[in-house]
Amino acid sequence: MTEPVVVLENVDKIFGEGAADQVHALKEINLQIEQNDFISLIGPSGCGKSTLLRVVGDLIQPSSGGAVINGKSARQARLDQDYGIVFQAATLYDWRTVAKNVQLPLELMQFSRSEKDRRTQAMLELVELTDFAAHYPWQLSGGMQQRVAIARALSFEPSILLMDEPFGALDEMTRERLNLELLNIWRKTDTTVLFVTHSITEAVFLSTRVIVMSARPGRITADIAIDLPQPRNSETRSNVRFFELETEVRNALRISEGGQAASRAPA
Amino acid sequence: MSESRQRIWAPVLILVALVILWETLVTAFNIQQFLLPKPSAILGNLAQVVVHGGTASTGESAAELSLGNRFFVVLPGGLTPEIEENLQNARWVEFPFGARSVSVVRGSNLTPILAASWFTLKEALGGMAMGTLAGVAVALATTRWTASREALLPFAIAANSMPIIAFAPIMNNWFGIDNPFSKMAIVTVMIFFPIMINTLRGLISVDSRSLELMRSYAASDTEILFKLRIPNALPSLFSGLKVAGALAMIGAIVGEYFGGPRIALGVFITQEAALFRFASAWAAIIVACLIGITIYLVILLAERLALPWHPTFRA
Repeated sequence: MTEPVVVLENVDKIFGEGAADQVHALKEINLQIEQNDFISLIGPSGCGKSTLLRVVGDLIQPSSGGAVINGKSARQARLDQDYGIVFQAATLYDWRTVAKNVQLPLELMQFSRSEKDRRTQAMLELVELTDFAAHYPWQLSGGMQQRVAIARALSFEPSILLMDEPFGALDEMTRERLNLELLNIWRKTDTTVLFVTHSITEAVFLSTRVIVMSARPGRITADIAIDLPQPRNSETRSNVRFFELETEVRNALRISEGGQAASRAPA
Repeated sequence: MSESRQRIWAPVLILVALVILWETLVTAFNIQQFLLPKPSAILGNLAQVVVHGGTASTGESAAELSLGNRFFVVLPGGLTPEIEENLQNARWVEFPFGARSVSVVRGSNLTPILAASWFTLKEALGGMAMGTLAGVAVALATTRWTASREALLPFAIAANSMPIIAFAPIMNNWFGIDNPFSKMAIVTVMIFFPIMINTLRGLISVDSRSLELMRSYAASDTEILFKLRIPNALPSLFSGLKVAGALAMIGAIVGEYFGGPRIALGVFITQEAALFRFASAWAAIIVACLIGITIYLVILLAERLALPWHPTFRA
């Protein structure tokens, strides 16, 4: 068995430590992610899902505990450009065309010109935006912008894709379509995905494992393997097992939230 | 299409209506011309009406050609300062040796006003170039070395609070009244702050996600500066330039009020007002306004060319 891609050991994160208004965001997080896993983090608002994602990506330093990524420190993994990141907002650079946005990481990583062009072309084909290469971000819909962000994150073939509610701001139809596209991309590449979401349906549909977190301080309260058959498609959503797993995740969330979830979780 | 036409015609119509109202009110209430000249008088001051064309031989006096004391003789080469002085003081002009062809024109000020405007415009543009360079340089430095921000900002605010009326005579002393650099220095100080503070805001107010993205690519500070901060600052730099463009002409003219060469616009306005030639002073003021508008439009055009991606230029 190959070594795990992500190993978190006793990770704690306290913002403003020692101050009167300190926030205990993460508590005793232990997590192992294997290669080609698709892991969803789900939990109530403010439970530290995004913080956990940023600890893995070395954008936030843990207060205590350690993160080992691909056998290295998180910092070394970042310097080695192991991470592709997609946020809830597409975060495209307004002054760059779609193609130039996809090329941004390739420019910074000093790919040759021909390699840059080849990869940009391939990525735009993957997210089906070839015709929009010369457009500026404001000329695109929200869903298209998010596809550009995904193409940008994948262009340099990172070993880990970190996604922070990437489809949270999109309408249901677009979200379902992009879910399918993301699964396609994930199957075609060798990427391990860490995916933060609010949606139980989305988490169950996409993931190989769903990690349920509790309200602040964020702890892992359940780790549910999603044993739905691959490849998943629109029929997966009508699978009986799909509903069972949804219920299982919902119950886990309810327990972790101490009853609050009963009113908040979608029916 | 019709919308863009409306954008041009609406202000033009308002302008025409205002000018007509102005003309009517001045006539109706018989307002003295030193209080407010009629628009027709101001425009007439700029219109160079050729009344009589002819030739003259050396030594012939203007009085012989002129049809009365309201007509002056202007040589084909335009007004020289000597002739201008003669025109103001006497009814006739001695033609310089060798002059052949002359036109008799009604005392137009277009040529001296345009010459003075060109001189003052050069001062304004020189000051704008220096002020912009200084403002952008300080903004970049305080972005790169955050510690210098606290150290430099109080001085920038002090420079911005400096009363320009007090500062202008000092610059005239430092660099010499006739040296255009004295006016450029005044303009530089005036526009430094709007340029600096706008550029700085653009460099600093970068979306935190965009920064995280750069960090995840392991980008260096220099790469972040060139690929994220500077492009992000360009729209606000242009906002600063639009403010600076208006201030530049004002700064140069105010500087000239405290002394400058006869050819300067501020000096021209002061002198004409002192000699009770208010229509001529107003004409110069209107030309100064037109130059200010032109500078603004040029910056607007440059902005469109430089930032084709900006959402404000959606077609």
